[in-house]
Amino acid sequence: MAVQSTVRAGRRTGFRASSRPHSAPMSPALRRGPAVRALQYLALAGYVVFLGFPLLWMLSTAFKSAPELVSLHPTVIPRKPTLSNFSAAFREQDLVHAAWNSVRVSAAASLLTTAIAVPAAYALARYRTVLRRGALTWILVSQVFPVILIVVPLFLILQQLGAGNSLTGLTLAYIVWLLPFALWMLQSYVRAIPVELEQAAAVDGAGKLRTLVSVVLPLLGPGIAVTVMFTFVSAWNEFFFALVLLQSPQLATLPLTLARFVGSEGIVALGPLAAGALLATLPGLLVFALLQRRISSGLLSGAVKG
Amino acid sequence: MIGVSAAQSASPRTGTATGRPAGRRSRRSGPPPAGPSGPRGTGLRSRTRREAWLLMAPALIPVALFSIYPLLRGIWLGFTDTQAGYDITSRFNGFDNYVRLWHDSYFWQAFRNGLIWAFSITVLQFFLALGLALLLNERLRMRWLARTLALVPWAMPPVIVAIMWQLVYNPDAGLLNGILAKLHLAAGDTNWLGNTATVFPAIVLVGVWAGMPQTTVSLLAGLQSIPGELYEAGAVDGASSWQRFRHVTLPQLRPVIATITSLDFVWNFNSFGLVYVLTDGGPAGKTTLPMLLAYNEAFKYGDFSYAAAMGNAMVLLILALLGVYLRVRMKEA
Repeated sequence: MAVQSTVRAGRRTGFRASSRPHSAPMSPALRRGPAVRALQYLALAGYVVFLGFPLLWMLSTAFKSAPELVSLHPTVIPRKPTLSNFSAAFREQDLVHAAWNSVRVSAAASLLTTAIAVPAAYALARYRTVLRRGALTWILVSQVFPVILIVVPLFLILQQLGAGNSLTGLTLAYIVWLLPFALWMLQSYVRAIPVELEQAAAVDGAGKLRTLVSVVLPLLGPGIAVTVMFTFVSAWNEFFFALVLLQSPQLATLPLTLARFVGSEGIVALGPLAAGALLATLPGLLVFALLQRRISSGLLSGAVKG
Repeated sequence: MIGVSAAQSASPRTGTATGRPAGRRSRRSGPPPAGPSGPRGTGLRSRTRREAWLLMAPALIPVALFSIYPLLRGIWLGFTDTQAGYDITSRFNGFDNYVRLWHDSYFWQAFRNGLIWAFSITVLQFFLALGLALLLNERLRMRWLARTLALVPWAMPPVIVAIMWQLVYNPDAGLLNGILAKLHLAAGDTNWLGNTATVFPAIVLVGVWAGMPQTTVSLLAGLQSIPGELYEAGAVDGASSWQRFRHVTLPQLRPVIATITSLDFVWNFNSFGLVYVLTDGGPAGKTTLPMLLAYNEAFKYGDFSYAAAMGNAMVLLILALLGVYLRVRMKEA
């Protein structure tokens, strides 16, 4: 109920002031005095520092040279910015290979998840059967139960199927893990399509399949694109399943390899580590920049948290 | 995503209540509602049911194989003596694992850590996010900057968040020690993550930072859904801004608050990657969370059944706490 109201509200009013057509948040009677305003700006500045400084520090570390990194008086702005950390990161065979593994797994998982989620989301939105209740229960259960309960048997099952310690096995795990989120998003897009369109197609003599393919699917385009992007980033960011299901170093995904760097090399590799971490964040940031409106509208709040 | 299902189950009701004629008509002429109907109706109904099953099948099969079955088997594993190995035999052993858990001091320590970790993050994050959401709901300049920064953690992999904070906490070249030294507040050589006195607050701060997007966005959306007339009515009646906050904002936000704090608690109690990379449970088990302990039992020591028993204990604890919490919140409402 709660989230539903937030979702609806978010969609209506959006997150940006500019996208808020009719609801002025403050009526004239509620204007703030200058002292209150000053306090508000102070608080806002505090938030900006807390939220922004760690990011700024990673950015600056990535552009610092090795001697500057061990300097006793570190500065936020690098004195002599250098790209050597990035070239060092790219020279790491492991890192490049891990990035390639991540791309393959994330692409396969996001495309397959979305492909199987589209028809199921349609059924969830349009039919009211036992399956609907079952699906909702499953989505709920999959959130509350700690992944350890799923990952141990999954490890055994994948081994029995010959998919243990393989990117295929990891992709399978990701598909199931991403599915609740994909279903939820897509079914809200299906709901937004007026049923009249489907009825008109039926009146014109189109069968169910024809209606789905040539009426519903094109209208779902944006929803499908958004779902693919979000599931891609979720898979790209995922750590726990990869840690458990992949044992060979040459199969490791990017988060695994970066996490290993922290353990083994410590301070020596700080610069390249920051550079690699920055690069690993890019897909997420890119999707985030593209979809900021939708994220902030509350539609996706809390949807992607491992 | 618990809220998701609540949203979905609620929507058919509200859908008809708000009177979307399109949705209503469709239910009559299109796929008919489940319920008693004539012979023609049953034919139609079984056809739509077949359609629904067919559309669901591609998703249903992997879910059954790789989610529902493993979950059931995982719960079952907690009542056996299964170990890792090439030929896995498992024998039902009742509550042996739980008796062992009861006497296991590591388990109690991890559970206590997990509860303190999840509780402190949920509470701190709630107040911080509420403050930020209230600010973002005002017409302030530079609001876009805070809003963008508040959303960035959402786009970052937990591993990267952990690496980033390691750079901040680094004893030799870290940001925090640098600032403290410059301000002459401390010598600037504190090993934040290696010291048992500082490590827990340090990782809680990271947890709060990482979870800001979800909480802020939910609360802000909740704030924006409060009708402006309520505030105007309050202002006309002469309510101070504190009174308006206390008697309009908070009651209106209550459902959102209940949902997001429950979710934050569950997510953080079950969290793994962040702390695994930051401290790996150290120093001296000070930051071992339940998931870290269970992971080590299963994949370091190969004790699958004991790890599954821990998982079962975690589920029970979460359900019990959530049950009590939500009941109290609903009574208040």
